[in-house]
Amino acid sequence: MKPESDTYSAVGEVGAVHERRSLWTRTIIDLRKAPYTALFGMIIILAYALVAIFAPILAPYGEAQVFPEPYAPWSSTYIFGTDQIGRDIFSRMIFGARNTVGIAVATTFLAFLIGGILGLAAAINRSWLDQLLSRSVDVLMAIPSLIFALVLLSIFGSTVTNLILIIAVLDSTRVFRLTRAVALNVVVMDYVEAARLRGEGLGWIMRREILPNIMPPLIAEFGLRFCFVFLTIAALSFLGVGIQPPTADWGSMVRDNASLIMFAQYDLKAGLTPLLPAAAIALLTVAINFVVDWFLHKTSGLHDE
Amino acid sequence: MMNKKTNKGDVLLSIKGLKIQGFSDEKWHDIINGIDLTLHAGEVLGLIGESGAGKSTLGLAAMGYTQPGCRITAGEIIFDGVDLTKLTDGEKRKFWGNRMTYVAQSAAASFNPARRLIVQTTASTIRAGIKDQASAYEDAQQLYTVLNLPDPKHIGERYPHQVSGGQLQRVMTAMAMSPRPDLLIFDEPTTALDVTTQVEVLASMRSIVEEFNTAAIYITHDLAVVAQMADVIKVLRYGNEVEEAPTRQMLNAPQEEYTKSLWSVRSLEKTQQEAEASILSLQSIDAAYGVEKVLHDVSIEVPKGSTVAVVGESGSGKSTAARVITGLLPQISGIVRFDGEDLPPALSNRSKDQKRRIQMIYQMADTAMNPRQTVREIIGRPLEFYLSMRGSEQTNRIVELLEMIELDASFMERLPGELSGGQKQRICIARALAAEPDFIICDEVTSALDQIVQEGILKLLLRLQEELGLTYLFITHDISTVKAIADQVVVMNQGEVVEQGLKTEVFSPPHPDYTELLLSSVPEMDPDWLSNLNKKEIRS
Repeated sequence: MKPESDTYSAVGEVGAVHERRSLWTRTIIDLRKAPYTALFGMIIILAYALVAIFAPILAPYGEAQVFPEPYAPWSSTYIFGTDQIGRDIFSRMIFGARNTVGIAVATTFLAFLIGGILGLAAAINRSWLDQLLSRSVDVLMAIPSLIFALVLLSIFGSTVTNLILIIAVLDSTRVFRLTRAVALNVVVMDYVEAARLRGEGLGWIMRREILPNIMPPLIAEFGLRFCFVFLTIAALSFLGVGIQPPTADWGSMVRDNASLIMFAQYDLKAGLTPLLPAAAIALLTVAINFVVDWFLHKTSGLHDE
Repeated sequence: MMNKKTNKGDVLLSIKGLKIQGFSDEKWHDIINGIDLTLHAGEVLGLIGESGAGKSTLGLAAMGYTQPGCRITAGEIIFDGVDLTKLTDGEKRKFWGNRMTYVAQSAAASFNPARRLIVQTTASTIRAGIKDQASAYEDAQQLYTVLNLPDPKHIGERYPHQVSGGQLQRVMTAMAMSPRPDLLIFDEPTTALDVTTQVEVLASMRSIVEEFNTAAIYITHDLAVVAQMADVIKVLRYGNEVEEAPTRQMLNAPQEEYTKSLWSVRSLEKTQQEAEASILSLQSIDAAYGVEKVLHDVSIEVPKGSTVAVVGESGSGKSTAARVITGLLPQISGIVRFDGEDLPPALSNRSKDQKRRIQMIYQMADTAMNPRQTVREIIGRPLEFYLSMRGSEQTNRIVELLEMIELDASFMERLPGELSGGQKQRICIARALAAEPDFIICDEVTSALDQIVQEGILKLLLRLQEELGLTYLFITHDISTVKAIADQVVVMNQGEVVEQGLKTEVFSPPHPDYTELLLSSVPEMDPDWLSNLNKKEIRS
C-alpha cells in the first residue's frame, strides 16, 4: 500500500500499518493465543456462572430442605452428606454459588460505581473536591477493613442490603485510588483540554473522553477486587455476621461444619466436608486471578521477547 | 582491548544489500529493502528522510544492532573487515561502546537519573579497559572543555536533572567520544532542542568530530542541520535509497524529483497583508501559575483576517498567552478583547458562542484526539454541540469538511491510530473548522511533522484563511514557518514581548538583541553557514 508517486497528497500518506479487525476476529485471535492457565480460569468461571444460574435445576434438594438425618455420611442419597440440622450439603453448595457469588458481584459493581465516579471526578477537578475525597479515603483506608465491616454490621444489622452497601463503600476506596491514578494520566491529554475548551460538561468528559481510555486497568482491577470482596463476604459469614441462615453460603457452611474436621481420623470423607466450600472459594479465586493475569499482561504491553 | 588500525581514507564501514524486516500485526514488513552504504574513516554521512523512511533502523544496523521485533534478512555489514551480521551479541558487544558509539535523540530519557554524569560518561571506556578511572575522568573533563560546557572540571559531578537539555546532549556526545570510537552514530541529537541551543550543540559536535577525526553517521530530518554536519548526504524513502552525493553537490543540484521537493519546502512565503482592525487584543496581561509569574504586561494586537506569529524559545510564555486567550488560565490583570467585547477571564464564565468562535489546534495531533473515537465522532461532536447538527445533515457536513482538508469520506470510520501524522493534524484542523470559528490558535501545529507534510499543512491553512476569512494566532519557534505563513510577528522572551510588528519590519534590521540572536540561530541551507556564524562570533 505504498504510494509510488512523487507528488504529495494528503490522502496518499501512509498511516501506521494497522489492519482493522472486527471485535469477533480479535477475540478469536486473543483466545487462541491465551495461555492454558487463562483458558482453565475461563472454563472454571463459566462453570461457576452456569451453576449459579441453573441452581434450582441442578440441585437435587431444596436450599433449606431439612432431612431427619443430621451429619449423614457421604452416600448416593446425600452426595456430600448432610449438615448439623440435616440439610443436603451438595444442594447447599450449588445454591451457595448463587448467593455468595451473586452478592459478591453486586457488591463489586457497586464499589466500582462509587469509586469509579468519585475517582474520575477527583482526577478531573484536581482542587478542593480531589483533596476532600482523597483525604476521606485515606481515613477510611487507615482502619482495618474487616474489623470496620464487623463493627458496622453489628451496628446496622446483618441484612444482605447492609452487607452489600458496607463492603461496597469500604472497597470503593481502593477503586477510587486506582481510577484517580490512571485517570490523571489521561486528564492531562490535549483531547481532554480540547473537550473542556469546547465547553463539555463533567459527565461527557468522564464518560466519553476518559473512561474508554482507562478501561483495561479497571477491568483487571474488577477481577481482583471481586476476589477480595468474595473473600471478605466469606470471612464475615464464617464469623457469623455475613449472609444469615437459612440462606446457603460457603463461608457459613465452613463454620457450621468445622467441627466435622475432627472426625477425619475415623471417616476421611466426613473430615473433608467442611473443606469443600472452602475449596470452592479457593478455586474461583485462583481461576479469576489466572484470567486477570493474562488480561493485564495482554493490555499492559509487556511482551516476552 | 581492540586495536584501532584505520587511517583516514580507508573504508571503515561498508553495508551491502541490507534488508531488514519488522514484525507488527502478525506479519513481517520490510523496513529496509536492500541498501548499500560506504563510509570512510573520518567522514560524516548525513542520512535524511521522513519518518518511516528507515533512517534510524539503518543507523542502528550500522552497529550491527536491530531493535527488538526487527531482523536482518539479507546483506552484510562489514566494519573494519568484520561482518557484523555473522557475530553473536557477545562478540558485537566488544565493538559497542568501544569502537562504535551512539548518541540518542532524547538525552533526558537516556541518562540514568541516579548516577553522576562523569560516571556515566566514562563507564564504557573503563569497562572496555581502554583507560583506567583516573585518566578516563581527566579525559572526560577535557572533552567537556572541547564541547564548551560550563565549568568542565566540576560539571561531571552533577546529576542529569541538574543540567539543561542542551548541556545533557553535549554530555552524551562526550560519553560517545570517551572511548575514542572509529564510528559515531548521531540519531536526531538536536531535534528536541531550542534553536539557540541547537546551534551551540551543533557547533560543539562538529568541532569534536573534526578534532578526533571520527567517522560519523548523522541521522536527521532537518536539511539545514545536515548541511552543516555532513560531507556526504544520503536520502532515504520507504526503506530505499533515493540518492547519495557530496553535500555541496546535493544542495546545489539534486537529481531526483523527491529530493528536489524536499529542498523546495522552505521556499514557501506568504505575501504580507495590510493590517485591518483588530479582532483580538490582549491588553497588558499578567498571568501566573500559582505564585510563579510567567507573563509580564503582555499586549498583542491581532488584526482581522491576518496571521500573527508568536515566536520564542520554550519558556518564553507563548503557549501561556494562548491559554489566557482560551480562558484555561485566567489572567491576574489585563483585558482580553475579542471582536469588540471583553471576554470573561475564566472559561466557565464564557458563553457557548464565545467558546465556539475561538478554536485551538495543538502541536501533537496524537494527543489532541481521543484514540478511542473515530474521525466521524471527533469532527461530528462540535457540529452537534455548537450547531445542533445531527443525522444525515451532520454526515454531509463531515464529508464537506473532510474534502475541505483534502481528505475524503473513506476516512470517516477510521481511528486516529490508523492515520499518518499529517492526516491526524488535518483532522484536528477539520475539528476546529467544524465549529465555524473566526479565530484559530495554532500551537506549534507543524513542528512534529516531516517537512513535506509541514508544507502541505501550511498551504492548507493559507487556503482556508483565504476562503473563510479566518484569523490565526500562530505559535512557533521555527522562523521558516513564520516566513511561510505570517503577516505580523510577535517576538517573546521570558514572558515579555520583545518586539512586535509587520513581518518585514521585524525581520529587517535593526533588531533588539534577542531577535537578532533568534534569527541568527536558524540554520540555513548553506554548508558554510555554521562556520561563518562561528567566525562572526569570534570577531564580535
